[in-house]
Amino acid sequence: MWRDALLVAGKDLRIERRSRVATAQVLPFAVLVLALFAFALDTDGRILRISAPGLFWIAVLLASMLAAQRSFAVEVDDRGLDGMRLSGLDPAGIFLGKAGAVAIELLVLEGLLLIGTALLYDSPLRGSGAVLLIVTCVLATAGLASVGAIYGALSAGLRGRETLLPLLYLPVTAPVLLTGAKAMEAAMGVTPGLQVGEGWPWVRLLGVFAVLYVAFGVLAFGALVEET
Amino acid sequence: MKTRILGGASFLILAVVVYLGLWVTGPDVNQGQHVRLLYVHPEVAWVAYVAFGVTSLASVLWLIPATRRHVFDHVAGASAEIGSVFIALALITGAIWGRPTWGTWWSWDPRMTTTLMLFMLYLGVLALRRLPATFDARARRSAFAALLAFIGVPIVHQSVVWRRSLHQLPSILKADITKPEIHGLQLWTMLLSFLGFTLVYVWLLIVRTRLARWEDQAGDQSLSDAIAARRAEAVTGTFAQVRS
Repeated sequence: MWRDALLVAGKDLRIERRSRVATAQVLPFAVLVLALFAFALDTDGRILRISAPGLFWIAVLLASMLAAQRSFAVEVDDRGLDGMRLSGLDPAGIFLGKAGAVAIELLVLEGLLLIGTALLYDSPLRGSGAVLLIVTCVLATAGLASVGAIYGALSAGLRGRETLLPLLYLPVTAPVLLTGAKAMEAAMGVTPGLQVGEGWPWVRLLGVFAVLYVAFGVLAFGALVEET
Repeated sequence: MKTRILGGASFLILAVVVYLGLWVTGPDVNQGQHVRLLYVHPEVAWVAYVAFGVTSLASVLWLIPATRRHVFDHVAGASAEIGSVFIALALITGAIWGRPTWGTWWSWDPRMTTTLMLFMLYLGVLALRRLPATFDARARRSAFAALLAFIGVPIVHQSVVWRRSLHQLPSILKADITKPEIHGLQLWTMLLSFLGFTLVYVWLLIVRTRLARWEDQAGDQSLSDAIAARRAEAVTGTFAQVRS
């Protein structure tokens, strides 16, 4: 299973490296979202500074949807999923590979967006919150990538999937926005007096979210992609 | 016939509830006339949650190969549709009730937020069902989407609950809607209303499931009819050619 996952993830990341869709389209889109919030909310920066964690996660959520859609769009035309199944890859491995590749893309994106929020919104970053911030990002990303892979497979090849995916994906991933933003508030110390330790309960909820959806994907992916 | 009796009985009960709720029971000390929403709002919300529970259960039964029957997909779809209608009603009646008692149409309270997300999730499931596909593919996709929604809802709920528990509750919500004691007649009207709405749900579920089965049968039938007609045409066509 793990070997298959590495193969699939390697394949997907190679496609991204060569096609540069993630860097040329998804990343600029996320930065654009950050800029749009600035246009909509405030220009003096105070509101942006306070709401930076929430806005960061909205940008990540929207970008992750594109990444998940893209991850399965590349398989649809040449029936790549069927090909992978026929070549004897473990479905759980395919799922982990697809989700893993999306997760790696998202982690890179989150790193760049953090710099973006620091520059554009003047959001603080404190050293003591670094561990919390990293754990939050990793768990949230694992959950998002898994949900993305499940829904991506579910809607792959369907007509009208571009409009359907957001409706299915966003309500399920809403908790990431809520909990991720809360954990990040504590990690950054956006509000004065907020301790880093106050972020950890949120991380636990993110952990439950990530474990549930990774497990669901591992168990259900085989049945999900069967003859679709 | 039995279904008709069920439908008639449920509407009769609701008619009695309307009579009791509007004329027999009195206004409340704190809430005045608005207390009459007690006979509508909790009941429709209850039906919505029951409906989504049934959808999840039917989806699981469809996904397990040993219990896979066409009827479970029909039930899951029918129940998701009914649930969406009732959840919309719950949100609307809740807003109507919230305005006079809390002073706001909407508040980001855990239950309300979760209900709204649930509504969105099931709209997604219903949209998925409408996409053209073979019976099995559609049933499998919808079943998975319904299950994901089922897993997601407690997490949405918990995250909103926590967010509020770490923050001060808005004072607007401090007025507890359940605080006014429920008196005997009010309680009976409410229970009757629960019964009535639940029966309406069961009746709608039976009718809608039956309709879903007929839709599928009609689809199959029209296909085989078309094939038969085309064959007949081909045969007569050959005869005509031979004769000429």
